[in-house]
Amino acid sequence: MSKINSKTQDAILFYILRFIAVVVISILILIIFELVKAALPAINLSGLKFFISRDWNPVEDQFGALPFIFGTLVTSFLAVLFATPVSILIALFITEYLPKKLSKIIAILIEMVAAIPSIVFGLWGIFYLAPFVKETLAPFLKTHLSFIPIFNGPSFGIGILTASIILSIMIVPTISSVCRSIFELIPRQQKEASFALGSTKLEMISISVIKPSISGISSAIILGLGRALGETMAVTMLIGNSPIISSSLFSPAATMASVMANEYTDANSPLHIASLCYIALILFFITFSSNLLAKFIVKKVSRT
Amino acid sequence: MKYKYYRKFKNFIFALLVVFSALSVIIPLFMILKFVFTQGMNSLSLDFFTKLPKPVGETGGGMKHAILGTIYIVLLGAAMAIPIGVSCGIYLSEFRKSKLAKTLRLCVDLMAGIPSIVIGIFTYLMIVVPLKSFSALAGGIALGIIMLPIIIKTSEEILKLVPAHIREAGLALGLPRWKVILFIILKGEISNLLTGIILSISRASGETAPLLFTAFGNMYLSYELKEPMASLPVQIYTYAISPFKDWQQQAWAGAFVLVTIILTMNLFARFVLSRLNDKKGN
Repeated sequence: MSKINSKTQDAILFYILRFIAVVVISILILIIFELVKAALPAINLSGLKFFISRDWNPVEDQFGALPFIFGTLVTSFLAVLFATPVSILIALFITEYLPKKLSKIIAILIEMVAAIPSIVFGLWGIFYLAPFVKETLAPFLKTHLSFIPIFNGPSFGIGILTASIILSIMIVPTISSVCRSIFELIPRQQKEASFALGSTKLEMISISVIKPSISGISSAIILGLGRALGETMAVTMLIGNSPIISSSLFSPAATMASVMANEYTDANSPLHIASLCYIALILFFITFSSNLLAKFIVKKVSRT
Repeated sequence: MKYKYYRKFKNFIFALLVVFSALSVIIPLFMILKFVFTQGMNSLSLDFFTKLPKPVGETGGGMKHAILGTIYIVLLGAAMAIPIGVSCGIYLSEFRKSKLAKTLRLCVDLMAGIPSIVIGIFTYLMIVVPLKSFSALAGGIALGIIMLPIIIKTSEEILKLVPAHIREAGLALGLPRWKVILFIILKGEISNLLTGIILSISRASGETAPLLFTAFGNMYLSYELKEPMASLPVQIYTYAISPFKDWQQQAWAGAFVLVTIILTMNLFARFVLSRLNDKKGN
């Protein structure tokens, strides 16, 4: 029996592992390549005008992505706006306020929110949140804050506001778990030092916990934003899916992800398909760069 | 003196805010769970698990095809993602500092951030277009791509925690490195690796967006790899946006089943992993 010596055996294993690693990396490259290839007809036809044209009419073969870019950015921005303070406070609640045993339970409950499939959020949104917004929240905002233009206009229950609320609930676990892991890195002495100077808990938190974590918190927010930008099902079910740009928060809209979910299987004309792929490509690069940015910030933080 | 009270007052208000914000997420969580539970229980029956959907207008029927379809597609994805994912985890934990490992780590992080609908479109272009048909195979591949980064990350984390002396003990016995990896490290960590896999499966089972234009869905029971296949999330979506009261009830029952399965897997995996971290951390 001929025996291959152990060095060759190891070399074989390394080559196999290295090959598999290259395969995984090439999946990512392949995704970019395929999307660009499929979007090419639309890129050639409308180029950068695609970003600023606001007409989306598949019947007339007119394709402009502005309403979807607008819808995605507005809903994600609002979601981050609602979710950020809540997430930071939750992370503080878990790390600074609760005894260890109890904090674990709360942490698990928050993580459970992340485990619930987005389709279930959508289902709950349709049957509970949308009626709530229509009958309670929107009339309330309209009577008390109607001097602000974004709170005007008819409310159908589904629309930008409802989608943003559901998105904000969905991204809280992402932001708060990153914040938590940053707050846990703060050395104990640093906290005790500010207590020793006579600060209250709030002052201690703002001096010794929040201040040194600012860049970490911003990367957590960007990660949350990335999640909100790409979220599909819950938003598709709650935003109303009409490609209009309106200044009212109650108005229906559409996002990049929702238009893909809605129209991709029904798209017949080649230009329609290419335009949807173009949107997929834009969405891919927006989330890609936001994740890259978040990683970059984390790397910079961990180095200092 | 007055200033002291002001500071204490501010401190108190902040503590209230902190508690309030935790409640503002936990309350919706319980509302969703309660809603899914009560609505789901109302329309859940044995038929739901054993019968196929009835035509529009007739009451009754179930989602047997979608439940089996979800299991089939998810297992298909797992079968592709597990070997690749665990191998990459081994690579990352064994060759931590090599250039390829760094690139791979970055790619995995970026892959985890790709919106699942984009992965759906990618799989459509790669598999559905050449095969000219929506298929369970395409659905499985889409879910596999979604599971891959999760499996790679968790297995890297788990294998990194293996103390160096275990590895060295194996090498000191004169074993080749691949035997150390395969028979000592992997064998010892198999249950923890499984936990990471369960976590990724629980995540993939709830995905709807990538299945919309890959596995697509149908109303019949099918085990054909190259034909459209129903899945629980897609079925819930179709029923939820339909105008029929009966279908909406079925959607709730489907959501109840899906949430129960996913939360059970997820909590179990988290429990095991957190115990592992406690053990290794102390």
